[in-house]
Amino acid sequence: MAITERTSWLEPRPGGLYCIPGDFYIDPSRAADRAVITHGHADHARPGNNHVLATHETVAIAEARYGSAAGRSFQRVKYGEVTHMNDVSIRLVSAGHVLGSAQVVLEHQGQRIVVSGDYKRSRDPTCAPFEVVTCDIFITEATFGLPVFRHPVAADEVARLLASVAATPDRCHLVGVYALGKAQRVIALLREAGYSDTIYLHGALQKLCSLYQRLGVDLGDLAPVAGLPKQALTGRIIMCPPSSLADRWSQRMPSPVTAVASGWMRVRARARQRGAELPLIISDHADWDELTATIRDVQAGEIWVTHGREDALVHYAQSLGLEARALSLVGREDEDDQDAEVAAAPEVAGADD
Amino acid sequence: MQAFGELLDRLSTAPGRNVRLDLIAAYLQAAPDPDRGYALAALAGDLSLRTAKPAMIRELAATRADPDLFRMSYDYVGDLAETVALLWPAEFRVNATPRLSEIIHAMESARRVEVPDLVAAWLDRLDATGRWALLKLITGGLRVGVSGRLARTALTRLGDVGLAEVEEVWHAVEAPYAPLFDWLEGRAEKPSLTDALTFRPLMLAHPLEVSDQERLDLSDYRAEWKWDGIRVQLVLRCGQARLFSRTGDDISRAFPDLLSDLTGDAVLDGELLVMRPDGIGTFNDLQQRLNRKTVTAKLQTEQPVGLRLYDILIDGDRDCRDLAFDDRRQVLENWAARHPSPRIDLSPRVPLSGWEEMQQARMDPPHPAIEGLMLKRGDSTYHAGRPRGLWFKWKRDPHRVDCVMMYAQRGHGKRSSLYSDFTFGAWRDGELVPVGKAYFGFTDAELKELDRFVRTNTVERYGPVRAVNQTLVLEVAFDGINRSRRHKSGVAMRFPRIARIRWDKPANEADDLETLERLIPGSFGDG
Ligand SMILES: [Zn+2]
Ligand SMILES: [Zn+2]
Repeated sequence: MAITERTSWLEPRPGGLYCIPGDFYIDPSRAADRAVITHGHADHARPGNNHVLATHETVAIAEARYGSAAGRSFQRVKYGEVTHMNDVSIRLVSAGHVLGSAQVVLEHQGQRIVVSGDYKRSRDPTCAPFEVVTCDIFITEATFGLPVFRHPVAADEVARLLASVAATPDRCHLVGVYALGKAQRVIALLREAGYSDTIYLHGALQKLCSLYQRLGVDLGDLAPVAGLPKQALTGRIIMCPPSSLADRWSQRMPSPVTAVASGWMRVRARARQRGAELPLIISDHADWDELTATIRDVQAGEIWVTHGREDALVHYAQSLGLEARALSLVGREDEDDQDAEVAAAPEVAGADD
Repeated sequence: MQAFGELLDRLSTAPGRNVRLDLIAAYLQAAPDPDRGYALAALAGDLSLRTAKPAMIRELAATRADPDLFRMSYDYVGDLAETVALLWPAEFRVNATPRLSEIIHAMESARRVEVPDLVAAWLDRLDATGRWALLKLITGGLRVGVSGRLARTALTRLGDVGLAEVEEVWHAVEAPYAPLFDWLEGRAEKPSLTDALTFRPLMLAHPLEVSDQERLDLSDYRAEWKWDGIRVQLVLRCGQARLFSRTGDDISRAFPDLLSDLTGDAVLDGELLVMRPDGIGTFNDLQQRLNRKTVTAKLQTEQPVGLRLYDILIDGDRDCRDLAFDDRRQVLENWAARHPSPRIDLSPRVPLSGWEEMQQARMDPPHPAIEGLMLKRGDSTYHAGRPRGLWFKWKRDPHRVDCVMMYAQRGHGKRSSLYSDFTFGAWRDGELVPVGKAYFGFTDAELKELDRFVRTNTVERYGPVRAVNQTLVLEVAFDGINRSRRHKSGVAMRFPRIARIRWDKPANEADDLETLERLIPGSFGDG
């Protein structure tokens, strides 16, 4: 479907979404002079920006990741606080994605645009819930923008993990999770389910777990896995980045059950690709029902879709009679979406011809 | 159905044989009758269920999903059953999920026109995992890396019995196997097989490796020809006769000429061959007798079949399987002498004189219907399955392996209307890994049959490629094999061709990737 180019005071540029009257980028894909950052994931918060406006937590996460490269000066805001750049008003409201994640509510000349960044509507004990803000133009992600993606209740998935732990006391459980957000959410859900044993962490997860704890998120008793003898880990839960599941590090574990917590686990071919023996469908992104409900809730006449499976969501919005277009933003390889483009078709062994 | 769905779901990602075994055993211990019996049959590939066509599933999906969204979803997921299972809208008013037995009974008794509504109602009552399992089950596409043997091994955990005993009883009972569970769980005696015309599991041979030649003491072994027919078991009891394939399928109806006037009480192991007054026919002759719905008198005259005996399992009321091979041979010779028939003869023994001479005999056998030599330990009792170190097969052409058809593609030129390019795979950890592709070696008549197989067994389409039910064994011949980084399997065959289509052979008895790897020059044994 042909997209007619319209002019607006917010426009997609090679460097990211750019607000013309405010002269700033939102989640710029390359270093910008002025940046509003929705949340701490690496495809949204990049190093090297000059002036950064973000929530306190997002700045803390960026500093933990990038140190002094996180930005030259910061404007740390609370949810709901209104600031101005030229004649654009800016307000960050919670997006429910990870700790500190925000939607950017922009108002200019009586028009309101909401840039939602990444978001979810389902419960997460480690961050504030998504807030619905009605608007004229709603800009949404579409990571899980197909009706096959319906995330089950995360607590039920964690219950499956605990059932597997109980059923196989002679093995350990290695849970592949992203370092920011997913790790802490799964730990917090385990605690809510009554699991009080020490949870062991791969080195790559320690920094952000400590930061969450400093920012007041209770994660219970955590310990580094490094240096522990193999037998001490039997029957334990160990969290690690998904990439570590397949590397030599995991071979030191006592007959591990490899679990992967990701929204992609809903599709079997993807679960097999990741080598997940126990796929757990836990995502920090909105599923199809959440995406479509949000499109209805915000009552916008116009929907822009940033990254993910845009076609289906654009199709859906158009079927509601809304204006809808896909923005092709470069550099949005979501933390949950690294292997999105790997075809689902199996390898067909080729002859040498 | 929900519990069975969860089992299949776990099996689909379970990494190894032992984990699969644990999962199946845990399910069998927890699930009620008769559901677990049907589940077991489904896993073992022994459930005969009227299947639903993919087209019907698509039509159902169209009643619940926007066609554009369905197409985009199917493109992404790539598997019809899974797409529909994930897309199907959840029904929140459900208070009971359907049981597996309920589904199977209803599928059996429903009229064809009623099936779509039935399936839709079940889909409404299940969650995504249950829906996926249901659709896989009714489209005949369960692929979770479980062989019948693995399923039966899990059964042995229910009681204190060995696999061989379970295997034997298995063939005497039908899904949902109530007498089998009763026996295993101590509620009843072992089902009696004495008067039953049932199949006894066969003893199978390992391929002879180079390293075996150095290790084996030839004086312990007896040699006989490996005939190029199909391995069968003949069961004679109370004036009745049954012929079984190597997996226990009753194939009696296809061979009335063999079974019409046999006498005696016995269970015999042998090779089915075309036997004309002037000698033994080739495998090509025999193939004309396979996979036929009806057997014409003309065909019976042109390609008359007979049985060449290898072994005897039961003689009258005497179970001979505990006897040594040498003693069984004596019993067999006596039995054959007492029951002369133009349709039955003994496979002759081949005098053993040393590896060199055997090598010669193997490469240059006295008859074209011989495909190599068998070596059997003189003191070996008859064990179901493939015990190590007792029986060996030493084929004339070592570069032949049994693979399973996985994908098919249309050919070029005059073959462009037929599926004639086949990708085949070998087993690794219960899953097939593609190992090569071949597009010749078969006759035009065989090509038509292959094409028909592809069309009626398509489970997925990827552009011009069709994935098929992984049930058809292709015996593949090739000139050489090497390591390859470009192929997922790690091996590349030189000049592979379809030597023959093994309609008779079950897919789980095809070769393992490991067997292929051992054929790579420079690799010896497991090293
Ligand atoms: Zn994110
Ligand atoms: Zn993102």
